[in-house]
Amino acid sequence: MSMTLANQQRIKIFSLLSPAYLWLTVAIFLPLSAMFYFSFLSDVPFGQKEWFYSTENYQAFFQTTTYAKLLWKSINLGLMVTGCAVLVGFPCAYVLAKSIQGRSREALFLLVILPFWSNSLVRIFSWAIVLRGNGVLEIALNTILPFEVDVNLMFSTPAIVIGLVHSYLPYVILTSYLALQAIDDNLIDAARSMGANKLTILWRIILPLSLPGLLAGAVLIFVPVVGSFMEPRILGGRVGTYFGTVIEDQFVAVFNWPLGAALSFILLAVVLIILAVASPILRRAQT
Amino acid sequence: MMKPFFLSTAAAVAIVGSAASADEIRVLNWQGYGTDLDWSVASFAESSGHTVIHEYFNSEQEMLTKLRTNPGAYDVVLINAAFTPQAQSEGLIGPIDVSMVGNLADVPANMAENVDLNAGGSLHGVPWTWGLTSFAVNTNEFKELPTSIEVFWDGDYAGKVSIRDDALEAVQFAAIATGQDINDIKDLDAVKAKLTALMPQIKTYWGSENDWNQFMAAGDLEVATFWSGSASRSMAAGLPVQFIVPQEGAIGWLDGLSIPTSSTKKDAAHAFINWMIDPEFYVKWAADGAPASANSKAAAALPDDAFNKRVLGDAEVVARVQFQRPVSTENREAYLALWQELKAAQ
Repeated sequence: MSMTLANQQRIKIFSLLSPAYLWLTVAIFLPLSAMFYFSFLSDVPFGQKEWFYSTENYQAFFQTTTYAKLLWKSINLGLMVTGCAVLVGFPCAYVLAKSIQGRSREALFLLVILPFWSNSLVRIFSWAIVLRGNGVLEIALNTILPFEVDVNLMFSTPAIVIGLVHSYLPYVILTSYLALQAIDDNLIDAARSMGANKLTILWRIILPLSLPGLLAGAVLIFVPVVGSFMEPRILGGRVGTYFGTVIEDQFVAVFNWPLGAALSFILLAVVLIILAVASPILRRAQT
Repeated sequence: MMKPFFLSTAAAVAIVGSAASADEIRVLNWQGYGTDLDWSVASFAESSGHTVIHEYFNSEQEMLTKLRTNPGAYDVVLINAAFTPQAQSEGLIGPIDVSMVGNLADVPANMAENVDLNAGGSLHGVPWTWGLTSFAVNTNEFKELPTSIEVFWDGDYAGKVSIRDDALEAVQFAAIATGQDINDIKDLDAVKAKLTALMPQIKTYWGSENDWNQFMAAGDLEVATFWSGSASRSMAAGLPVQFIVPQEGAIGWLDGLSIPTSSTKKDAAHAFINWMIDPEFYVKWAADGAPASANSKAAAALPDDAFNKRVLGDAEVVARVQFQRPVSTENREAYLALWQELKAAQ
């Protein structure tokens, strides 16, 4: 009797999991393995071109300082964007979770998720219109302010950060919101009744309890930003060369897929190492 | 008397039309680059009976990859002369049957006998169009048009300068600025130093003609490298720009139309190429902005104020042009490394 129950359980688990894992295998694992295979070839294996197995694509990363420099630049960008998104997103999530109820919360949530509903290229190009000298932002400021200001953020690092923060902000708001909502209000009331001030409550209760959500959001932002290429290219101009744009060049302009694939896997490895090194520290912070 | 004559010619045309089987040819080209104009394809279909279908590429490497991976899929392909020898040596394209392209008689010898188009000892690409990579300036910002390439390094235009995000173009541009032969750069260090000095002047790189027009119209740029064909289109569209061929010279390119070895419709392909270098086609195309034609009769048929006659028809200008030759893999890689290093340092 218990045997059949266990079997039924197994069948249930299997049938529920298999669609997702089948999809992951077909849509992610197979193309990724193909790219991994490409990264060990000397040339694109199309047509009659000669090719052989080699690790020269990985060696190329170490032969010049260019790639390492760009990777460092990309990691810095990732930290900067993640930091800004957390600073902007966490207070917003707190207010949504704890202070606002009912209809207005739904409306505010809609505004948060709105960026997800528009095409990312459209978002970036609208930022280009806003940030450009003589653009929407400058005209708006000059009509409000009594003195003339010259806002030309286009083609600069701040422009890239603004565009990326806007694109990825919903992640940190949504994950923090879920964690913040799970905090029992009685805990906060208890702390207040014992005489804790607002900063102590934030630091000792709210932040530690919502940290898992906050960190999940931060990781969700950091990883894609390190590999981003479209936003830096369009908003960054001369300073918009990052590790991601170099990978894109290999695929689109230079047609050196093996090198592009190798650089992508180096990026993946570095990101995984960063997360692995950071995870014990982060786990300790949570307890 | 006229009517029977007309009818009989129409009948004759119909017979010839049906005798030569109506084929569907596939053309591989950059998008929006002459071969895919609706009126031209319609007029070719009417006169020859052949229909034309297009497929596009975004870089020369992509074009070569498509030829390698899809044998038999294309009947006409546009190949820049600097890539014709590579395509020929890989056996991707076959020789042109000169007798089937009547308009070749009007292509001057300096184009028709181009070393690269005649890779392998015979004509493998019919000279179609040529043009320059030089630069254009915003005429609202320049009282007097510059005559020297040194305007790119002029501090007055700091932050208003752009070049294309392309390693080869950047290096050859700097080679011209340092007085070198673009096809045989002896002093790459001088090129690097010149580009390093240029970088702080640059506002952004441009990638496409559309980018360029937007940046120029928004006032982001005042001086930027540009292609002659694109410049003629931008000027025709009303942008306040002027194309400059500086005293130091300019980069020249020559595009040819080739027929893949694997094509099964070579007759129709030859007929289409002949139509592409026909003066009738070119004059109409030039009205909405085309590069210079390789056919001298077509060039002569342009109105006197046409960009391609006024700027590129000047023999003194043509004498300053250095035409691009094939670039070896080693050089290409060296240029790419140099360009990436400079970009990464920003």
